[in-house]
Amino acid sequence: MSDQTGSAGVVLKYTVSPDDFTRAGEASSKVKNILKQMGISPDVIRKVSIAMYEGEINMVIHAHGGEITVTITPQEVLMELKDVGPGIEDVEKAMKAGYSTAPEQVRALGFGAGMGLPNMQGCTDEMKVETELGVGTTITMSVHMEDK
Amino acid sequence: MANFYHSVRLDESLCKGCINCIKRCPTQAIRVRNGKAVITSEFCIDCGECIRICQHHAKLPTYDSVDIMKNYKHTVALPAPALYGQFNNLTDVRVVLTALKIMGFDDVFEVSGAAELVSEISRDYVMKHTEHWPIISTACPVIVRLIRVRFPNLITHMLPVLPPVEVAARLARKKAMAETGLPAEDIGILFISPCPAKTTFAKAPLCTDKSEIDGVLAIKDIYPLLLGPMKQAALAPEDLSISGRIGIGWGSTGGEAGGLLSDSYLAADGMENVIRVLEDLEDEKFHDLQFIELNACSGGCVGGVLTVENPYIAQAKLKRLHKYEVVARSHLDATPVEKPFWKNRLEYEPVFKLGESLLENINKINLVEELCARFPGLDCGSCGAPTCKALAEDIVRGKASENDCIHILREYLKEIISPFSMLDKDLNQGESDQ
Repeated sequence: MSDQTGSAGVVLKYTVSPDDFTRAGEASSKVKNILKQMGISPDVIRKVSIAMYEGEINMVIHAHGGEITVTITPQEVLMELKDVGPGIEDVEKAMKAGYSTAPEQVRALGFGAGMGLPNMQGCTDEMKVETELGVGTTITMSVHMEDK
Repeated sequence: MANFYHSVRLDESLCKGCINCIKRCPTQAIRVRNGKAVITSEFCIDCGECIRICQHHAKLPTYDSVDIMKNYKHTVALPAPALYGQFNNLTDVRVVLTALKIMGFDDVFEVSGAAELVSEISRDYVMKHTEHWPIISTACPVIVRLIRVRFPNLITHMLPVLPPVEVAARLARKKAMAETGLPAEDIGILFISPCPAKTTFAKAPLCTDKSEIDGVLAIKDIYPLLLGPMKQAALAPEDLSISGRIGIGWGSTGGEAGGLLSDSYLAADGMENVIRVLEDLEDEKFHDLQFIELNACSGGCVGGVLTVENPYIAQAKLKRLHKYEVVARSHLDATPVEKPFWKNRLEYEPVFKLGESLLENINKINLVEELCARFPGLDCGSCGAPTCKALAEDIVRGKASENDCIHILREYLKEIISPFSMLDKDLNQGESDQ
């Protein structure tokens, strides 16, 4: 039908709406279902859905939403989470388990336990955080397909 | 190899080809093709939602006729606890149990008694397997089948214990053989069930080789036959009860979890809610729970499609019934259960996979996305698929065509007839000019 398929990859784009907890997780849930339809191994699905869900929640809590691009190729699932939020002041600290700058009302909802970034790193094979204060943050994560 | 037996059938003569069932099915297993509903066997999990929604009663549950009793020299009734919630003003379970004997069964074995044993086994399992917390209940066969096809990452969380009805069936057969001296095949172990999913379990169980249940009877069939005998039974009820609050509680949502004697649980019921819990669980959103009880039917087993009473009324009745009961009457030290665990591992069945190789699937997913962009996104169901996306998937699977979408078809027809309509316009123009 179209030669878009020639690139041997699936590209999915999602918009994360700001401050709406009821919709947080929508994108990761859609990706999860697509991965299942593709017959991707359950372990890869688990890693991708957790990493992406955590990232999505972060975008809602800290960054007034943003854009997610997921690229699925035979080698990896690549996730790019891009926001124009406030940026992360101290990336090293943010990567530590338990460190959180989430406001009180967010923690009251059970979010903001300081496990977001550490969890994302734990679930992915590669992770890069590019951030600039006042400009925004782009997190790129990759989960490799295992050749079973 | 994979087992996809089902207990839902279609009466073609009654099916109008409407879209109610395709819309309601939680796994999108139904399509309307050539004016009739067709179930995709691998997707169906026997939840019974289509039976519930079909106004034309074209979806029929599979279960056994009461006549099956005649096939055996000795019959044992296994009443589900949900049965007790069906009657008005029932204060003593023994009346129902005695009435079952008056009705024609040779003996009665309460499933709720076995449920108390399963509760004990589960308590022990949950405490010993903290690494698998939260443990997911597996008593509802629909939940087991749902996880099998949709939630591969949750399989390790499943409670690998046989459901109470199977434990009851095994114990009942053993007891009957000992008491009557009859061979196993002369004894009929007949479950009085709230739902057809138990028929699926009895005929084609997962995780165990063979079920000891010989027949599954519907509560709605037994109910009218019991009303007369119950009047007689009320005069002198036999002491046939082997369960207390815990066992009877299993009949409605929260009962199984309650039997664990722990507060660290959640209980969800109804397909939509269950799926949401499983989705969240898959994303590891719950951290501090020990146990998750899930029931496909709203209200739990009392909500099964083979029951007669409104599930919430039945739930209230059960509560009143067991209020003054002892906590439990059946215990493992008095009634040990041999091998109560699953014999076989549950294997993930990736039935929703579009194609075989990853490369092929990449192309197929792209095609689905492309088709979805072309469809109107109304999810009208006129094509026979529940959503535009489902139609796109069907096309990619080679089971439907683009022109099944009436909106695409309309555009197509417009295109074909456009030269004629222009001609028509010209002619009309000519007429009005005159």
